[in-house]
Amino acid sequence: MSLEVRIRHDFPGFRLDVEFEVPQGITVLFGRSGSGKTSVINAVAGLFRPDEARIRAGERVLCDTARGLWLPPHRRRLGYVFQEARLFPHLTVRQNLAYGRWFAPRGARGADRAQVVEMLGIGPLLDRRPGALSGGEKARVAIGRALLAAPELILADEPLASLDEARKAEILPYFERLRDESPVPILYVSHSAAEVARLATSVVGLEDGRVTGQGPVAEVLGDPASHPLGVRAAGAVIAARVVRHDADGLSELEAGGVPLVVPRVAAPPGAELRLRIAAQDVIVATARPEGLSAMNLLPGRIEALHPGEGPGMMVQIATPAGRVLARITRRSAERLGLAVGMECHAVLKTVAVAREDVGGAGGESL
Amino acid sequence: MEALTGWLGSWLGAEGWAAVALSLRVSLWATLASLPPGLLAAYALARWRFPGRTLLNGLVHLPLILPPVVTGYLLLLTFGTQAPLGSALEQLGIVFAFRWTGAALAAGIMGFPLMVRAIRLSIEAVDPKLEQAASTLGAGRAWVFATVTLPMILPGVIAGAILAFAKAMGEFGATITFVSNIPGETQTLPSAIYAFLQVPGGEGAALRLVAVSVVVAMTALLLSEWVGRKVAARVGGA
Repeated sequence: MSLEVRIRHDFPGFRLDVEFEVPQGITVLFGRSGSGKTSVINAVAGLFRPDEARIRAGERVLCDTARGLWLPPHRRRLGYVFQEARLFPHLTVRQNLAYGRWFAPRGARGADRAQVVEMLGIGPLLDRRPGALSGGEKARVAIGRALLAAPELILADEPLASLDEARKAEILPYFERLRDESPVPILYVSHSAAEVARLATSVVGLEDGRVTGQGPVAEVLGDPASHPLGVRAAGAVIAARVVRHDADGLSELEAGGVPLVVPRVAAPPGAELRLRIAAQDVIVATARPEGLSAMNLLPGRIEALHPGEGPGMMVQIATPAGRVLARITRRSAERLGLAVGMECHAVLKTVAVAREDVGGAGGESL
Repeated sequence: MEALTGWLGSWLGAEGWAAVALSLRVSLWATLASLPPGLLAAYALARWRFPGRTLLNGLVHLPLILPPVVTGYLLLLTFGTQAPLGSALEQLGIVFAFRWTGAALAAGIMGFPLMVRAIRLSIEAVDPKLEQAASTLGAGRAWVFATVTLPMILPGVIAGAILAFAKAMGEFGATITFVSNIPGETQTLPSAIYAFLQVPGGEGAALRLVAVSVVVAMTALLLSEWVGRKVAARVGGA
């Protein structure tokens, strides 16, 4: 089921003009705060009514202002996970979970309650009230409540933003399972590059109320022109497969036929992983370097050069493993004589495994 | 037990007990009948922006700031059997003037601002984000109100109802102006105290009614505190 969104709205001093169409899976609306992400997701939910909008989820048109069509939120068949959980304080966890199912049409195919409770590990909390839950527990119950409403579209507005790193690591896998197992499209708002790299099927970059780029995660994050967070947070995402685990605590991976070595990952051989490679952790070499401590080398060809406003510039390199970004100084680029179409090597100082989050949110140097 | 009721009967006298019973009945009906319009007015004032909102706010508060005699006289002008509205209602069999129903109407109107204020404050304390969350889960407006808003404002509703009840028990000026002071029909507790004080040697009976007033008022207050705490603990959710 695809999701098509077209929204135009004039706020005082701010214009929101957004259009995107994305396939099934998790679509991350990615941008800094104030870029219009929450307005977009609230328009999709029906909580905010834009001047002009057409929103379609699969076969269902949720609103089309040109035809005067506007479904109120309670008719949109949503599961909305809010940043602050928004659990009902006067109901127990069990009653909170049951709330949405009560209003779902008879025969709606929702998730199985026992399965959701099991997946989220909230069985022991069922008889408690939200006031007695920790932040991470509230977040899990909020996810469960949304899933059990038998939604046809799941929305999540920075559901992890108010949690600490440990809690984030605890919740992220649930969204991954949702992405991989649920047939329902998910629209997920985030300003965290790590979350995007780990979760997104598609990315829609937003900046100042406009779409800077949309498409598969590797394409959008690998293109500095469409990266909504600018050069500092830029980085590419490539897909890799675990080959084997070595005795010295390292794991060998393979990405597009290129071998990579990373600290031991908690995934069995054959598992697919996502690697996030921050642009500032990539060195560009015009010849295959020798005598270097870094072990991971990606041969490639320069696709584009994006000069920034300061002394830095972004080099976009096409490699067999996917597109990689390198952030270097203009002076280095001139000294090396970099040009589009040139063969080069990308030397990876750090590889962050986005899927299992080895070594915390960052990565480790090799 | 029989001895006790017998003693109580002679202690207060038939007229005294009639006044107490009438006051309880009038106050109960006044409170119950005010609740639906009170909830509606409080919700409208707390949540809706509409033309005439300031006017509605003023109207609701009018009985609080007008002299009760004025309110009572205005009621007589509106609902008296000679008044257009009053005679129209009389055709339908609804009579307020000089009946206990009129006493309930007067008491309800006098307590209305207090009830609306308490409920409105509690509605304003409910985070609209919770109501939004309920709507995204499939609840239409009426269901959101019934399953989220109402349970969360219940302490405020109870507090408002108790305030209105207490006000109704004590209401005197508007009642005596509107429905007079007819023993057994419109003579409420305060009216009875007033009547006893007008006759020589009535101080004793008046004093006994005062004692009953104090007991009823204290009981209502303690009961409301107890219920309020129970409900607040439920809603607060620890």
